[in-house]
Amino acid sequence: MKLHEYQSKQIFGRHGVPVPQGIVAETPQAARQAAEQIGLPVVIKSQVLVGGRGKAGGVKVARTLDEVEAKTRDILNLTIKGLPVRRVLVDPAADIRGEIYLGIVIDRVSRRAVMMTSAAGGVDIEEVAATTPEKIVRTPIDPFVGLPDYLARDVAAQIDLPRELWPNFINIARGLAAAFAANDASLAEINPLAVVGRAGGLPDTLMALDGKMVIDDNAIFRHPDLATLRDPDEDSEAEKKARASDLSYISLDGEIGCMVNGAGLAMATMDIIQYYGGQPANFLDVGGGAKADKVAAALRIILSDPKVKVVLFNIFGGITRCDEVARGIVTALQEVKPQAPMVARLVGTNQEEGNRILAEARMITADSLAEAAQKAVALSR
Amino acid sequence: MAILADKNTRLIVQGITGREGDFHARQMHAYSPGILVGGVTPGKGGMKTDYGVPVFDTVGQAVRAVGADTSVIYVPARFAPDAIMEAADAGIKLIVCITEGIPVQDMIRVRAYLDARGTTLIGPNCPGLITPGQAKIGIIPYNIVMPGNVGLVSRSGTLTYEVIHALTQNGMGQSTCVGIGGDPVHGLDFIDVIKLFNEDPQTEKIVMIGEIGGSDEERAAAYIRDHVKKPVAGFIAGRAAPPGKRMGHAGAIIEGGMGTAAGKVAAMQAAGIRVADLPTQIPELLRP
Repeated sequence: MKLHEYQSKQIFGRHGVPVPQGIVAETPQAARQAAEQIGLPVVIKSQVLVGGRGKAGGVKVARTLDEVEAKTRDILNLTIKGLPVRRVLVDPAADIRGEIYLGIVIDRVSRRAVMMTSAAGGVDIEEVAATTPEKIVRTPIDPFVGLPDYLARDVAAQIDLPRELWPNFINIARGLAAAFAANDASLAEINPLAVVGRAGGLPDTLMALDGKMVIDDNAIFRHPDLATLRDPDEDSEAEKKARASDLSYISLDGEIGCMVNGAGLAMATMDIIQYYGGQPANFLDVGGGAKADKVAAALRIILSDPKVKVVLFNIFGGITRCDEVARGIVTALQEVKPQAPMVARLVGTNQEEGNRILAEARMITADSLAEAAQKAVALSR
Repeated sequence: MAILADKNTRLIVQGITGREGDFHARQMHAYSPGILVGGVTPGKGGMKTDYGVPVFDTVGQAVRAVGADTSVIYVPARFAPDAIMEAADAGIKLIVCITEGIPVQDMIRVRAYLDARGTTLIGPNCPGLITPGQAKIGIIPYNIVMPGNVGLVSRSGTLTYEVIHALTQNGMGQSTCVGIGGDPVHGLDFIDVIKLFNEDPQTEKIVMIGEIGGSDEERAAAYIRDHVKKPVAGFIAGRAAPPGKRMGHAGAIIEGGMGTAAGKVAAMQAAGIRVADLPTQIPELLRP
C-alpha cells in the first residue's frame, strides 16, 4: 500500500525527521487560507500516488494569494498518469542549497533493509543507480540492532556532507530507519533531503522536502491506523472488488479474460495466450480449490471489463477433485449468466467427469493448456 | 538418493489440527505414512489424530518424544514467524513453511535467526517438496509425480505442478521437486537447491522454473554456467506481464526495468540452459 507525500511526511515527522509545516487542501479557497497561515511564498504539490508529478505540472510555486488560488485550481483539474488530483499539499517554499537522496528498501539479496544515500539527490534515483552506482552509499541495517549512530556518521562522511550537518543527518537517518521498522514499510524515501538556508544568519539545516512510503500489505493487519490511510484511487474499481473477495486481480489491455489458480500459472497462462497471438485482459489468481463463490466473484470482475470477448479457465486441481471444481464453475455460470464464450482446461482427479459437466454447461473444453489457449485466441478474433 | 527428504525423514506438521494442516497432513500420511511421526498444536498435546499420529503442544516435545528432524508449517501468517523460530530452536534441521502472507520484516528477522543456528528453511509461501516414492512434505499433489532422475526447483506453485505433470506424462520421473516460494525474503534459493541436485548422484537432469522479479534466476544462471555439468532446462513466467504491476507473489514485479522475463531468459540461455517458450515444452528440451 502506497502512502501519499503528506501522510509519509507526517509519519517521518513523528520519528524526529524535520519536515515543512504544510497544510493539505482540497479546494483553491482552502489552499489560499493555508497559504495565509503558512506565509508566502508557498509550494503547491498535487497528492497523487505516482511519480513524475513535477513534469506533469503538478507542483508549482506561488508568490501571491491569488496565484495560490489560481494554481491550485489548475492542479486540481489535472489527471496525472490516469489518477485525478483530489488534494494538494501547501508547503512553505524553502531556500534549497543542496539535495540529498535518502531511502530505505528491502534488499532481497542481502535479506536486509538497506539504506541508500546519495549526494546526487532530487533526481530519479533509479537513473543514478543505473548510470553511476558508485554515487550511492548502501548501508545494510541489522534487523535486531537498527541503525546505530556510527553507521549514519560514516554515511555522512562518505557523501561529503559538511560536518556542521552531521548531527542533523544522523537524527534524520535514524528517524527514517525507525519509521521504516515501526510501520512495516517496504520503502521509505526522502527525496530530496534538502540543505536549507535559514533567515537571520542561522546556519543551514536539513529538511525532508518530499516523502514516500510503501507499507507491506502483509503487515497491514497489525497497523489499523495505517489501513485507514489507503487511497481508493490506488486500485481500479475491479481491483477493489477483487481485494474485497480476496482475489488477486490486475487488469490489462487485451481481450481474453483469464481465470487461473495460482500466481505463477496465471502468469504462464498469460504468456501462452500471447505466444499464440492473443492478448490477456487480466491477471487473476482465483486461489486454491476454485470454489464456487470465488469463481462467481472472479467471473463478475473479469466480465466487468467490456474488452473481454472470451474467458479462459485454467485450473490445475492436482488432488482437488475436478468434478467438484466443475460443479462450482457451473454454479457460478448459472449465477452470473455470461454472454461471452468460455473455454476451460481442468487437470486433476476425475478430470474426465469434470470436463463432461462443463461440456453439458456448454463450455468449450480442452485437454491441454496449449489447446485451450489456441481455442481462446481463435474466439477472441 | 534424493535431496532434502527421503524415506528416513522424521516429519512433524505444525498446525496439524487446523483446517489446512489437517487436510494436508492426511495427504502426506496417505503418500508417505512412514515419515510422518507427529504433529504440533499448542493446547492439543496428548491427543492422537484419527489416522494415528501423536499431537504435541510444542516442537521441543515432538523432537524429544519422536525424534523429529523436519517440520512443515501450516499455521496462519501472524503466528508463522514464531512457529518457524520455535522449530529452529528445538533443533529441527529442515523447516518447510507453506504459509503465505508473512510480513517481510518478520522474515528478515526469522531468516537471520535461522542462519545463526544453521537451520535450513524452504519457503515461506511455497508448495514444499516431494521425493517421489519416499517423502511428501507440503502440498505438491502426489498423483502427478513419478520416481526418476529429473530434479526440479521452482518459485511457483501450480505452475510447478504443470511442469511435473508434463514430465510424468512424458515418462520422465523426478528425483526431488522443490518449490522455494516467491516471497522477497525466503529460505533456500535456486542456487542452494541446484547445488544439491548437482551433487546428488540420482539427479541426472535439472529443471528450473522462475518468474519475473528480483535477480535470483540471473544469479542461478551464473552459478550453473560455472559449476553445473548436468543438462538444465528452464522456463520463466511473466513474459506478458507489464512493469510495475505485482502479479500475486510478493516478489513478482518488474521494477525499474529489473527482473524482466527477457533479461532472465537471456541470462539463462547465455549459461547454456535450454529455455522453453511454454512450460509443457520442458520434457522435449531435456531429451538428448
